[in-house]
Formats: sequence, C-alpha cells, structure tokens
Amino acid sequence: MAIDKHEIEKLSRLARLSVSEEDSADVAERITKILGLVDQLQAVDTTGVEPMSNPLDAVQRLRADEVSETNQREAFQSIAPAAEQGLYLVPKVIE
Amino acid sequence: MHQLTVAQIAQGLREKQFSSVEITQHYLDRIASHDSRIGAYITVCPERALAQADAADKQLNAGNASPLTGVPIAHKDIFCTKGVKTTCASKMLDNFIAPYDATVVENLDNAGSVMLGKTNMDEFAMGSSNETSYYGTPRNPWDLERVAGGSSGGSAAAVAAQLAPIASGTDTGGSIRQPASLTGLTGIKPTYGRVSRWGMIAFASSLDQAGVIAKNAEDAALMLQCMASHDPKDSTNSPQPIDDFSAQLSQSLQGRRIGIPKQYFGEGLDSATGDAVQAALEQYRQLGAELVDIDLPHTALAVPAYYVIAPAEASANLSRFDGVRYGHRCDNPSDLMDLYMRSRAEGFGDEVKRRIMVGTYALSAGYYDAYFRKAQQVRRLISQDFQQAMQQVDFIAGPTCPQPAFKVGEKTSDPIAMYLEDLYTIPVSLAGLPAMSIPCGTSNGLPVGLQLIGRHFDEAGILQLAHQYQLTTDWHTRTPAGLE
Repeated sequence: MAIDKHEIEKLSRLARLSVSEEDSADVAERITKILGLVDQLQAVDTTGVEPMSNPLDAVQRLRADEVSETNQREAFQSIAPAAEQGLYLVPKVIE
Repeated sequence: MHQLTVAQIAQGLREKQFSSVEITQHYLDRIASHDSRIGAYITVCPERALAQADAADKQLNAGNASPLTGVPIAHKDIFCTKGVKTTCASKMLDNFIAPYDATVVENLDNAGSVMLGKTNMDEFAMGSSNETSYYGTPRNPWDLERVAGGSSGGSAAAVAAQLAPIASGTDTGGSIRQPASLTGLTGIKPTYGRVSRWGMIAFASSLDQAGVIAKNAEDAALMLQCMASHDPKDSTNSPQPIDDFSAQLSQSLQGRRIGIPKQYFGEGLDSATGDAVQAALEQYRQLGAELVDIDLPHTALAVPAYYVIAPAEASANLSRFDGVRYGHRCDNPSDLMDLYMRSRAEGFGDEVKRRIMVGTYALSAGYYDAYFRKAQQVRRLISQDFQQAMQQVDFIAGPTCPQPAFKVGEKTSDPIAMYLEDLYTIPVSLAGLPAMSIPCGTSNGLPVGLQLIGRHFDEAGILQLAHQYQLTTDWHTRTPAGLE
C-alpha cells in the first residue's frame, strides 16, 4: 500500500502531528516501507479467528463505585505549562 | 565492590563489610568517571541516593533489613519517580518532574533500595538500539562503537559497565531481552500482567511489561520479586498469586522438556550465534533436560503483526502529549489545532512520529479491519502456536537476537532492518509469556544471548533454567575490559 503526500496530510491531522513540506516525502516513503512489511498479513487465512486484544484474554476488572482517591489538583497542575484557578489554559476554542 | 552481585552486596551489607553509603558513593564515583564515555544515564541523583543509603544503613543497623535494603539500583527513565526528572528520553518530557512514583518504584523504595539515577532508553521505548533517545546513544561497554541494544539500552550499558549492580527495564517487543543479549547480561520480562504498569509511561498497553536487567538469574529473581505486586491501580495487573520466584532455583533440571523451534534457526541467524546457542542447548542436555523439536508455524508473521498492534496502541497512548497538562508546549500557538500539531511535532522524534502515523493509519476508518483487526487475529494464531507447543514441552529456547551488537548508525536508515532485530523476542511478547535472555557465548568477541521462554506465570521455572545453567558455566561472570 503506497502512501502519498495527500495521505500524510490526512494522517497528520488525525494524529494532531504536523509534518513539514520538506519531510513529507521522506515520511511517506518510510511509512510505505513499513506498510509493505505489514502487508504480509493479508496473505494469512484468519477466517473464524477471534481477534486477541489481551494476551491472557483477560477482561476489564470492575470495582465498587466508591471514591477512593484524594483530589491532588494543586500538585498535578503545578507542572502544567499554563494553568490558572484550577483551569488549564489553551488558545480560544469557541469562535 | 562494583564486581559484586546484588546477592553478595546484600550479604556484605548484612555482615557490615561495608555500608550502603559507602557502596552508593562508590557507584556514584564510577558513574562520574566513566559515564561520559558510556552514556548510560540521563539523570544521576547523588544527594537523593546518599540520603536513601543513609536511611538504609539505619534500617540495617536496627536489624530491619529486607533482601534489597541498601542495594544501589538504576531505573529506566520510563518509570515516574516523584520529584525526579522523568523524560522517557524525549524532548516532549525534558521538563517533566514526575508528581508521583510508579508502583514499581514505590515497591523498590519500600524495600530500601537506593536509586542511583534514571537510565537512557529509546524515545518512548520505541527502538532496538537506543539510537532514538533525545539524550544521545549509550555505548556497548564491550565495544564503544557498537550499540547496547534497546529500548532499555541505558540500563544494560549501566549494568555491563558496572555503573549499577542491577537495573529496571521494560520490554514491549524485546526491550529487556535484546539489550541483555547484546551486553552479556541476564534480563527477564515477566508474564504480561505480573508487574504493575501504574506510573510506567505507556507505549503499547497490551504488550508493555517491567522487568530486570541483572548480572545473573539469582539477582534477577530478587529484584523481580520485589517489583511484582497486586495493584488495583493497574486494571491489567493479574490477580494470579505471586509465588516465590527463587524457590526452584537450585532444583535439578532432570526430565524438564525444552522445545527448540525450527523457525528460530533459519535464515537471518548469524552462524556464530547459532553455534553458541547450540552449545548452550547441549549443556542443558548435560543438565538432564530433554530437547524436543517443535514447530511455531506463524513465527514469520509476528513482526508484521507487532508493527501494526504496537504503533496503533502507541498512537492512542501518546495522544495525551498535547502541550496542555504537562510536557513540551510550542510557543505562541495561534489556535488549539496549532497548539497540538506544533507541540507534538516539536516534542517527538522521527521514529516516534513514524509509529504514531502508522498506528493512526491502521486504526482509521476504512483500514481498521484490514490492518488492526487482522493483526489481532494473527496475534491469536501466534499465541495458539505457543499453547500447542507447551503441551509437549515445559520451556522453549533459542537465540535472543539474530546477531550480536551492531555498530552505531548501521541500521538507522532502514527501519525494517532494525525491526527484524526483534524477530525472536516479538512472538513471545504477543503471547504474553515470561522470557529471559542469558549470556551463552560470543560471536566475534561480542556477547550472544540465549532466550528462555516459559508458560504464563512460570517465572520461577525460567529462572531455575537460567540459574542451573549459570551454576555450570561462566559466561555471565565475564565483564568488558577497560572499565576497572
């Protein structure tokens, strides 16, 4: 599966990761190579095989819906790039 | 003192041959003298370490010691360490001081161990040579022109250069086993779910596991025992009872069956590596084990399946790095999209970006079934190969890597060549089985590792297998020259 610059632009937006104009061709070529490796999977017959998401087929454990943690907002926000009055600051979102 | 094993250090401390402060200072001095050539550490913590050592000495004097009290250790820089810079070897976290301790760190802290510092690694654990680190490439103490492996390259370089007696590592596709193999050390990746991942910066959640890089199996068992716990904060942590990993070490291997997969001895295997591994297998026969030829037919699909699953999981896990709550943030973002796109483009290195893109692609609408779902189905086939084999044998053995340590820069322009380094380690990760690498010989003077694979939760079994071999051979006692 060949990836071109157009596809890279689309992936770049999905992944929220900008790729410069100069890097775009190189990134496309490298990713195409990786997908070439991955395409070997297409030749395998997996009819009726259940996908495996956890190597032990373990399922999500549940716990009682009770508060068990303390609020550590001050400690955790102290390392934020921009925070004020308990809020994280980002550029304006709403037009 | 730096030639002592952890077991010997523990004994020396108990018998008052030296104090924890003395041995800690000894390691700190060695790091100061040698690490500029090796590059094993990202952060060294001299004051903190000496304070911990002092507290440990008090415990030892009061008779309150546990096996690791006062023992210096190093932590891979992927574990959150409260108040200490935790970077994951990325520019993205160059300014990150962790506000909490990972469970593994807490467990080792409570046991009285002394943290010398945080070791170098591939960025966000993505790599097999430690060449993707933001902080430079650690060198293999056996040959400074060569890599120490990855992603736990710093931990391996530190222990091999005797800049720490033991270190924590993590393994997603081989990142403990491969560096251990390339540096002549004993590495163990436990069963998936055995050790808590809380506070261990996530790469691929269904594959990541914390483990140990040590000088021998006995030491590895001691540290792994301390790291393993039941942790309600990690919902993938298994409720499986934690047995004594050291309990079987001295038992005979008489009658144990070791499977030898034909797929692990095919094309791509360096011939001297193959010879060293065959010699080791012969040694196991001498120790009373029965060798059985087995078939793991889907082996060749493991690397392709992994390079869909791991990047896909990584793309999800790394989406938290957005310049908002912690880590790198770009200057003067014009809007929210710009904040995300530029912070991430500036913060992440090339390999990380590539893997995020591949993962995003595999999970995107229109491609999910053909890539991600397909890879998960192949994962089950690989896992089933092991289940079937383990009905005829107790363990599986083979080379850890297809070749010994390669030169820095040799594989960086070809990602596929780099990915194939993990040919023998990846299938085991996909199946979630416990595995070790132990030194078993050399190829051109460079260490060769033997991989030992066990059933789920049989850490005690593979440690026994490793220890029995180490009682009758001396590969694990050899150290590189020039670092006295």
